[in-house]
Amino acid sequence: MSTCAPVIPIARANPEPRAWGDLVRENEVHGSLYTDPVIFEEELRKIWFRTWVYVGHESEVPQPNDYVMKSIGPEPILMTRDREGRIHLLHNRCPHRGNRVCMTEKGSARSFTCPYHGWTFTNDGALRGYPFPSGYEGVDRSELGLGKVARVASYKGFVFGSMAAEGPSLEEHLGAAMAAIDALCLTSPEGEIEVTAGFLKHKVKSNWKFLVENETDGYHPSFVHASIFEVAKSGIGSLYSSDSTAVSRYFGQGHSENDLRPEFRKRDIPMSWFNTTADRLPEYTRSMEAAYGVEQARKIMIDGTPHIMIYPNLFIAEIQLFVIQPLAFNESVQHVTALQFKGAPDLNRRMRQQTMGSVGPAGFLLADDAEMYERTQLGVQAKSPEWLYLGRGKHRERTDENGYLIGDATDETPTRGIWRHYRSLMEAA
Amino acid sequence: MTVEDLLLHHEVSQFLYREARLQDNHEYDAWEALWTDDGVYWIPANGEAGDPEQEMSIVYDNRSRIALRVRQFHTGKRYSQSPRSPLRRVISNVEILEDDGGQLLVTANVILFEAHARGDTLWGSRNEYRLRRAEDGSLRMAGKKVVLTNNEKALYSMAFLI
Repeated sequence: MSTCAPVIPIARANPEPRAWGDLVRENEVHGSLYTDPVIFEEELRKIWFRTWVYVGHESEVPQPNDYVMKSIGPEPILMTRDREGRIHLLHNRCPHRGNRVCMTEKGSARSFTCPYHGWTFTNDGALRGYPFPSGYEGVDRSELGLGKVARVASYKGFVFGSMAAEGPSLEEHLGAAMAAIDALCLTSPEGEIEVTAGFLKHKVKSNWKFLVENETDGYHPSFVHASIFEVAKSGIGSLYSSDSTAVSRYFGQGHSENDLRPEFRKRDIPMSWFNTTADRLPEYTRSMEAAYGVEQARKIMIDGTPHIMIYPNLFIAEIQLFVIQPLAFNESVQHVTALQFKGAPDLNRRMRQQTMGSVGPAGFLLADDAEMYERTQLGVQAKSPEWLYLGRGKHRERTDENGYLIGDATDETPTRGIWRHYRSLMEAA
Repeated sequence: MTVEDLLLHHEVSQFLYREARLQDNHEYDAWEALWTDDGVYWIPANGEAGDPEQEMSIVYDNRSRIALRVRQFHTGKRYSQSPRSPLRRVISNVEILEDDGGQLLVTANVILFEAHARGDTLWGSRNEYRLRRAEDGSLRMAGKKVVLTNNEKALYSMAFLI
């Protein structure tokens, strides 16, 4: 609960239609997109409370009757697994007087009882009963369950919710991002990832779109992260240099990635993507070879895991999973955990250790990203120039063999794509 | 309570005040010198029940990672602390909970005021220290655990030494 804003803006009546093309152009966007609270409310309505948003992973509720508190935008959402094993996404609001029915981050419960007047709901949201029922004679109980997120769907354990009853399917929304999730899962000898290491919750005084854009901005690491690259003698910096063979890619539907595989394939060293070698992870290497065969295992262990931003809020960053949550036009939370690969305990241990060092409020990397988010939020309030310039690499943008737009490692191809998608979502009625 | 108890409590308190001053003043090297070679610096997230070997902590530094943290500050490009946050903290409720002759277990409460461009933040914590004596008899930190009062909530960056 703690991670959710105390005040969630209630969507007002439709504001005057806005000419989004006046704010979002191909190579520049207007600063007010980050600072206008009315635009933020429209984003809640047209993006966060409409499109597919990542909520949680099935491994966070492994047993029947498990639940965990998640969110869609600023709104808290209960992700439950009912006794039959089905996943539900429920609004945390008693249909009687609006009280929150659950105040615990996670646990196991067959039912939730509202403390205010004792209404009780099963973990699929249905009203099971209320005290002193004679006062409700003739009332249809089936109308008085917890609110449910209109559509719930998962892909390879990743659970998404959409508050719109109709719209593109999850598969249509994910598109090419499904292949990235497939590749991620292949890094596990059992073909599954797990989210079991708990989350750090890192709050920033910044608009959520700065976070989304930064995730596949290959231009900033050499500067923002120079301090840790220098002292840790990290090889990450060279992946994002001007002569890196890595590419930035826009997949459509708002999804983008930094594809580092060209660099890893050039190195041709298994586990180089994780800054180590296979012989230092003997158990993992054996399991991978047993699962996929020596040749295929080697290929997977050279390519590494994706660095993909699945719009609007799921960022898979090689070894971490980030969930971006907007709270207000100038406040956001990044929830982050170490990815855990089923059947890979030795790798997982190092994933957790590296993640703790890198991310969260005191992380060697993320504290500095957060500083940039906050300074950008402060800076963008200045009156001139009114626009942000996104033209890097426009002249060398090209199409790959699958028809996706790509640019060099440090180009703003992903950012431009994200904004084109944003505009299409905001222009929808 | 004996005079020895009082002297030990005074010595421990003075050690904690010195550590606090070095942190407030961003005297990174002098602060690092307070650690034993096997020191562990731990800032849990989500309460304090979790096992840091299994679950995410805000900081879970072994001695070499403490050194890395200090080296990162010295680059001058650790932007979350460049410029440095002006800091002032008070330490109180100092109690020696255990003394096995070799190691002391000490707890204290801390209120810390941080000024930052995003706004000012008040941090509260209960700290737990494991203190040992170096060869010259002076105290060193073998462990420091900082249990932030609001560590179950989303927190702003805190890249300074806490």
